[in-house]
Amino acid sequence: MTSSLSLSQAVSLIKPGMTLAIPPEYCGVAMAATRELIRQKTGKLHIVAVPQSGLQADMLIGAGLVATVEAAAITMGERGPAPRFVAAIKSGDIAMMDATCPAIHAALQASEKGLPFLPLRGILGTDVLANRPDWRVIDNPFGSDDPIIALPAIRPDVALFHCEMADTCGNLWIGRRRELATMAHASAATVATVEQIHDGDFFADETLAAGALPAAYVDAIAHVPHGTWPLAMPGFHDADATALDAYCAAAVSSDGFAAWLSRHLSHAEAA
Amino acid sequence: MNEACRTEFLIATLARLLTGSRRVAVGAQSPIPGSSAFLAQALDLGPQQVTVLGSRRNNDFTEGGRELFDRAAQGRVDAFFLGGGQIDGAANINLVGIGDYPQGKVRFPGSFGSSYLYFLIPKVILFREEHTPRTLVETVDFISAPGTSPANIYRPGGPTALVTGRCVFSFDRQQGRFTLASVHPWSSLAEVRDQTGFTFDEPDLCPVTPAPDPAMLTIIRGPIRDRIAETYPAFARDVLKDDSSA
Repeated sequence: MTSSLSLSQAVSLIKPGMTLAIPPEYCGVAMAATRELIRQKTGKLHIVAVPQSGLQADMLIGAGLVATVEAAAITMGERGPAPRFVAAIKSGDIAMMDATCPAIHAALQASEKGLPFLPLRGILGTDVLANRPDWRVIDNPFGSDDPIIALPAIRPDVALFHCEMADTCGNLWIGRRRELATMAHASAATVATVEQIHDGDFFADETLAAGALPAAYVDAIAHVPHGTWPLAMPGFHDADATALDAYCAAAVSSDGFAAWLSRHLSHAEAA
Repeated sequence: MNEACRTEFLIATLARLLTGSRRVAVGAQSPIPGSSAFLAQALDLGPQQVTVLGSRRNNDFTEGGRELFDRAAQGRVDAFFLGGGQIDGAANINLVGIGDYPQGKVRFPGSFGSSYLYFLIPKVILFREEHTPRTLVETVDFISAPGTSPANIYRPGGPTALVTGRCVFSFDRQQGRFTLASVHPWSSLAEVRDQTGFTFDEPDLCPVTPAPDPAMLTIIRGPIRDRIAETYPAFARDVLKDDSSA
């Protein structure tokens, strides 16, 4: 059952040591919820970026809350490297599970289907595979001399994202951002923040139902307009370029990051 | 030639390489390849469907992030672009880092979809504007995706060419080697030899990469600039020329 909660109540479902699935920046990244995670000091997280992340992962790493990162890429995009991620890799403060985008999608789909693994083409002969002892090479049982990768299912404890709408029945509306559905289906629980509340039931309208994520998958919803700030919410607002530039400039050092974070946390939700 | 002109030149060069490819996809952080795909479409060189990751209007995926990969595995994507922090003479690409993994000297963002798409899309065009011994190396420090694979590996796809800020190489999958195809007008064979960290084959007579004609430039500065602006506004504004103010 879904209930509409305060941001801090919703985020408190995420416990230290959990595996947390997060979306890429072209989907809805729950940044207000990320700040709340930092306020709650929810540490030792295993982050699964679906399939890549930027500011969100970098902030959680900088705040010392991440033990492991599983991702196809962590980057600030046009602004360059993700500074706290790079520093944590070099210092060995985080364990890195380098992946490739379709491997993360497929491993989540295995969980959606309740399967122990899914096979996937490509990847053979890469150093990505060489550094993933949890991935196996098997023989295609229907072919001959046809090696293929088997990826173990990824079963996150919580999927965390921001999306356009929730209705008053606890359903979410994600439109064609179906990776959010895959994340929710694969995860034991889903925590979402939403831009707006729709007074009604998405399933009363077939057009809206096609973009809905049923309440059956959703455990907590908090109404947080501009919940992706300073990142973009496609269709609603662009990224806050000034804020992102300031982050990249400050976070090159650990002290700079700490000072930026304390200003950011005190101003963000008050604004 | 100034930066804007060089960028237009590279867009035109990449567009010509898309000749005959019907369905083109463009990955993240790829304003020049994205513009080239739009240009190839506008010039009727082959592309009829151009999908740009991170775009809403130029993106018909309805199944989320996995759809690009699923389409590629089914043979529904004909051409794609990849880059790399390092590219070596066997077309191995490295998007992970320099030095000993994982705590190396330099850490790049990560392999993205390269470890997979390089195997599956028939025409993968490598694009790396910086052409120095730092980027074009003898052997990459980390293989995000290999240039070639043993015969028993399922691999309908792979690299066909490498375009840099100095030249165009073609890639021979049988030989597993690059051959110099043309040198851009502002560079030279001597410079390419000097700035390339791997060995490559040279033709007896090396052509100069052709420059875009005025009609192509008009299209790049008009409709292409408008179309790429949705996904790369800073690139469209700061790098491409605005023909309406010319």
